[in-house]
Amino acid sequence: MARPETNPDPAPPFLEVRSLTKYYPITKGFRRRVTGLVKAVDDVSFSIREGETMGLVGESGCGKTTTARCVLRALEPTGGQILFQTADSGTVDLAPLSRRELRPLRRQMQMIFQDPFGSLNPRMNLFDIVGEPLLVNGMPNRKERQERVAELLGLVGLRPEYMQRFPHAFSGGQRQRIGIARALALNPRLVVADEPVSALDVSVQAQVLNLLLELQERLGLTYLFVAHDLSVVKHICDHVAVMYVGKLVETADTKTLFYSPKHPYTASLLSAVPIPDPRLRSEGIELSGEVPSPANPPPGCYFHPRCAYAIDVCKTQSPLLRQVSPGHFVSCHRAGELPLQGIVT
Amino acid sequence: MEESLDTAPLLKEAIPEDRVSVASNAQLVWWRFTKHKPALVAMVVLFMFFVVLLFPAFFSIQEPELTDAKLAFIPSQSLHLFDGAKLRPWVPTVVGKRNPTTLRMEWKIDASKKIAVRFLSQGYPYKIFGLIPTRLHILGAVRADEQNRIYLLGTDRLGRDQWSRLMFATQTSMTIGMVSVALSIFLGVLLGGISGYFGGFVDLVIQRLIELLQSLPTIPIWLALSAALPRDWPPTRVFFAITIILALIGWTTLAREVRGRFLSLREEDFVLSAELVGCSRMRIILRHMVPTFSSHIIATSTLAIPVMIISETSLSFLGLGLRPPAISWGVLLQEAQNIQTLALAPWLLIPGLVVVIAVLAFNIVGDGLRDAADPYGK
Repeated sequence: MARPETNPDPAPPFLEVRSLTKYYPITKGFRRRVTGLVKAVDDVSFSIREGETMGLVGESGCGKTTTARCVLRALEPTGGQILFQTADSGTVDLAPLSRRELRPLRRQMQMIFQDPFGSLNPRMNLFDIVGEPLLVNGMPNRKERQERVAELLGLVGLRPEYMQRFPHAFSGGQRQRIGIARALALNPRLVVADEPVSALDVSVQAQVLNLLLELQERLGLTYLFVAHDLSVVKHICDHVAVMYVGKLVETADTKTLFYSPKHPYTASLLSAVPIPDPRLRSEGIELSGEVPSPANPPPGCYFHPRCAYAIDVCKTQSPLLRQVSPGHFVSCHRAGELPLQGIVT
Repeated sequence: MEESLDTAPLLKEAIPEDRVSVASNAQLVWWRFTKHKPALVAMVVLFMFFVVLLFPAFFSIQEPELTDAKLAFIPSQSLHLFDGAKLRPWVPTVVGKRNPTTLRMEWKIDASKKIAVRFLSQGYPYKIFGLIPTRLHILGAVRADEQNRIYLLGTDRLGRDQWSRLMFATQTSMTIGMVSVALSIFLGVLLGGISGYFGGFVDLVIQRLIELLQSLPTIPIWLALSAALPRDWPPTRVFFAITIILALIGWTTLAREVRGRFLSLREEDFVLSAELVGCSRMRIILRHMVPTFSSHIIATSTLAIPVMIISETSLSFLGLGLRPPAISWGVLLQEAQNIQTLALAPWLLIPGLVVVIAVLAFNIVGDGLRDAADPYGK
């Protein structure tokens, strides 16, 4: 298994995902015979250093959310390892842990959700929403919780007087701030943000992104940032991993990936990023065809039916992830020999 | 979804913005419910039924079991509040004459002779909730004796006062309806919850069981089950048996509803979020999932009560549910089975009208609740 050793230090990385897989069985009939597998996440490996932000990008349905949820163990991975450096007891593999074993670790990793409307229980007011993590993790004193909730609301830029209000009294951006406050209540070290701004207006997006950056600096957070908007990723991430149909196709630090992509899929994604300069005319690479279904992927390289550079070997052999320069991994048979362009500016 | 808050702009006119912000779900539901005027009216009607349910003896005028063959088939005497210009309630006298050819008593309303009546008068003794002895009744003749009897809804073939019997029947029938729905809710939420939360094989078994129960034609099943009840059981035991029979058949729809809610809620982000912050399973179910669909459960059960009432009434009407001396709407309607009786004493159909009113009221309130149940949706 090729896996990126982005970290040259001897110390283990903060979070290391090794050949993570998540398969969903396709069953048929009354007896639920398994007739096939949907490989939602197929052999994905990456690692994050403490205090950095890893961006996970790809089209919808490529498995990036599933990957993020497996890392948090909201889903049970089919295989692979998730090595997490805990605050007190060294490195732990999260993948095989049971619900009960996970509970003490939960407070170290939290999630920010995409939908600011679905992720807050409409029956609870702000105090209950933000204070619940404290309550279930051993802070039964209401007064103490109130103080902490007020502090958290202040941290995300909401007025503590709103504590008695219900979510329906807030706008999308404000709700996302509430979600962030709830995620931060337990002082987590890893925060998985699943498209935290894609449901928001552009003007609000910037505010929330800046809030996330500010919080990272102040609290030393490590982010796993799932997104499909590359301009957002460029703004916030230190490293980027690109996924296509459940597989990792390219990973590198943000600058390298954006300015010299080595995978044709990455290049086509980058060409779709709008350039805020009317004089520049980008030669957009338009992909033909559709994203294949992970239940029935094409043979060889999953991308070859849509790839302009596909050769015979692409149709039969699945490319392995290999290192083209330090910290830059690509899974393409022709990596390095293609005239690919990153973003222009 | 932000526009989904269609109550908010409406509410803003009457209620200051801040009250909406801190309004809990129950308050939002209530505000929305009050916009549905027919449901409010129906709620008042239901409230009156509940008062009768609690104090049937107070609302009765005569003892419900007091028979007097000589006083059979007396028509309704209407209650008049004013005697001339004065507030002095009265009812007209009925005079009976035996028809010499048919030997049947024939009753005539004689409005010239007035029986003075009084609200909150003393009558036959009874105990409130079986505890507090009293003689207080809502209505009674000023001079209560053999001559001055009041039959607001007439009498049946045994000379029993239908008004008083109707009060007790209301208690029985409404109680059966609500207790069996309560039992159905218990069974439905429990089995539906297990089915939806755990899924897999348990789900499969429970769903097939529900399908089986729903595919059985209900009337024959009720008939079979109630025919299986020993005929020598006392009325109270029959009462409970009927309640349980109704509940055993009635839980399926509710279980399906609850299962569906659990299935959709399992996928909700806020449930996952609760899981991720370390909530226990019990807390997720009780604090996050159940409150989210509790208003739907209330609405569904309100709509289920009339079905139960109708079922009990049909069973008793067919003579397979409650039997005299128990009094229920069905038992009262049994008196109206005979076409000849009906022609002679059409007032015996009045319990049917009461059933219609109660069922309609429950349905309208249930509809209103269902529409109001999700103030965030649609």
